[in-house]
Amino acid sequence: MEKFTTLTSRAIPLDIANVDTDQIIPARFLKATDKKGFGDNVFRDWRYNKEGSENVEFTLNQPKYAGNILVAGDNFGCGSSREHAAWALVGYGFKVIVSSFFADIFKGNALNNGLLPLQVSEDFLQHLISEIKADPKVKLRVDLRNQKISINSSKRFESFEIDAYKKTCMINGYDDIDYLLSKKEMITAFENATSR
Amino acid sequence: MSNKTLFDKVWDAHVVDTIKKGPQVLYIDKHLIHEVTSPQAFNELEARGIPVFRPNQIVATADHNTPTQNQDQPIKDDLSRKQLEQLSTNCEKNNITLYQLGHKYNGIVHVMAPELGITQPGMTMVCGDSHTSTHGAFGAIAFGIGTSQVAQVFASQCLLLTKPKSLRVNVNGRLKKGVLPKDVILYIISKLGTNSGTGYFCEYAGDVFQNMSMEGRMTVCNMSIEMGARGGMIAPDQTTFNYVKGRAYAPKGKDFEKKVAYWKTLPTDKGATFDKEYTFDAEDIEPMITYGTNPGMGIKISENIPTIKDSSFIKSLEYMNFEAGESLINTQINYVFIGSCTNSRIEDFRVAAQYVKGKQKADNVTAWLVPGSKQVEAQIIAEGLKTIFERAGFELRQPGCSACLAMNDDKIPQGEYCVSTSNRNFEGRQGQGSRTILASPLVAAATAIAGKIVDVTENIETLEFA
Repeated sequence: MEKFTTLTSRAIPLDIANVDTDQIIPARFLKATDKKGFGDNVFRDWRYNKEGSENVEFTLNQPKYAGNILVAGDNFGCGSSREHAAWALVGYGFKVIVSSFFADIFKGNALNNGLLPLQVSEDFLQHLISEIKADPKVKLRVDLRNQKISINSSKRFESFEIDAYKKTCMINGYDDIDYLLSKKEMITAFENATSR
Repeated sequence: MSNKTLFDKVWDAHVVDTIKKGPQVLYIDKHLIHEVTSPQAFNELEARGIPVFRPNQIVATADHNTPTQNQDQPIKDDLSRKQLEQLSTNCEKNNITLYQLGHKYNGIVHVMAPELGITQPGMTMVCGDSHTSTHGAFGAIAFGIGTSQVAQVFASQCLLLTKPKSLRVNVNGRLKKGVLPKDVILYIISKLGTNSGTGYFCEYAGDVFQNMSMEGRMTVCNMSIEMGARGGMIAPDQTTFNYVKGRAYAPKGKDFEKKVAYWKTLPTDKGATFDKEYTFDAEDIEPMITYGTNPGMGIKISENIPTIKDSSFIKSLEYMNFEAGESLINTQINYVFIGSCTNSRIEDFRVAAQYVKGKQKADNVTAWLVPGSKQVEAQIIAEGLKTIFERAGFELRQPGCSACLAMNDDKIPQGEYCVSTSNRNFEGRQGQGSRTILASPLVAAATAIAGKIVDVTENIETLEFA
């Protein structure tokens, strides 16, 4: 997993609530047996019209927007547990998703792939979206060590929460398997004690 | 402090270790896998040279990406065939039991596992599928995981998790005739919203659930994730024990009696408290239907679509081509799907068959019936339901996830409505541009006969089933 400490980047607004994982990566693209290539199809049915042409209205297709941060509406990542959604967002180049609320499974999947799900208040989210829409060149700064997100136009910032263990994993690029393998003896002892 | 919830009791019995100010190491009893979310996990282990730790606690099936016709022939779609071949290879290499396509125990993971007695009260169970919450119907902690977590369970039979908060939903009273478990859960989600359960594990309590069959309880727990809850649970009771008894993986003889004695200690203690609690009256529930693009956008079939001034709500109605304030009654429907891990068990087909018997489906309707497993399929034939359906013009297909997520060829065409017994009405869920209306098997059957949405409550008293 890639390490993450700070990121300064422009951001792309996606002002829609309840973005489900079927929108992030439709089921018909889940036939692959490796993790590569999902970025090409992220938000496929919003990015392209049914006959295959680009939907110029969609936020990712607007040349004025760029960056490695997606700023999305409430309850991002609801629905299916498919980790392909996280792989697709990472594959497209996103490193941080900002929202006022994340669905549980998506949040875990993102963290397991070095993609930071950053939860802010509804008020701050609306502020970010309006600032980015007003001037797409504004930059956000995400500081994981100090758990702070700021925007350079208004200088407003907010602190964010992250599980201390997950924070350490993100900063060092560790994953849960490393930790669990180090606990094998304890796990075996548990099995014996509970006669499994 | 000794007053514990059902969830607490099962969770606490599986904690191997607690990281200071961090998550807990939770032991997983049973790991179910399928072809779509497991290959990358096997690859990960292989790349890192890590063996599968407890292959005996893993059971595999092929379901998401399988055809529902001609299952005895090679799969035409190259990628789908390759994905199934990879599952077979991975299971063989790692000594994992696989009920592959065509096997008499094959089926949708959340239908075949309970059927085989793999699912038991008091267990912890995971699967790379969000509807793993289904197994909570037995009083198990069961939840969906991502592929990285599938790899973690392969490697250690454990997961690192923070204990979720607790939520209880009580429904008391008597359900009206024609109100099915699907209506109960669609009603709850319509009242609480799609993220009310996020961060929580939900217990369903009250006499409505106590009086429900295991099939009904599975339908309810299945959709817990649609209100954001990682899982849902119902206290195990005699109905549960009777269901588990005698199944292939169930403990036998004295072992079974010993287990039952333990399972009887699991229900939530009197006086235990929950972080959130809601109570509903069974009498208020009617057959439900959805009008939007998330499962929380549901109404009683006799109600009109609400008017809400919110951009996501408006976008959703635009996608569905519905107007705020209108009724869905008489909306022409050309596709009906009865299937999915929510409603593809034998009871679901019995209800549909009882309604359909002696009637003919409308000419405009394509009606697909997809059983949840080979065993359900065999039962449909043995009970004579297949004949009833075929006489009425319905098509009985072979088991699998099918049009619930449309990974295979079972896709609803662009712009078409489908009244579906599945669990998600997201944009394009049943095929690009398709429009899904979630409902019970009864409402789905009635729609197929009428060719349009009809108010099943109007002639509810004359319906021929109990």
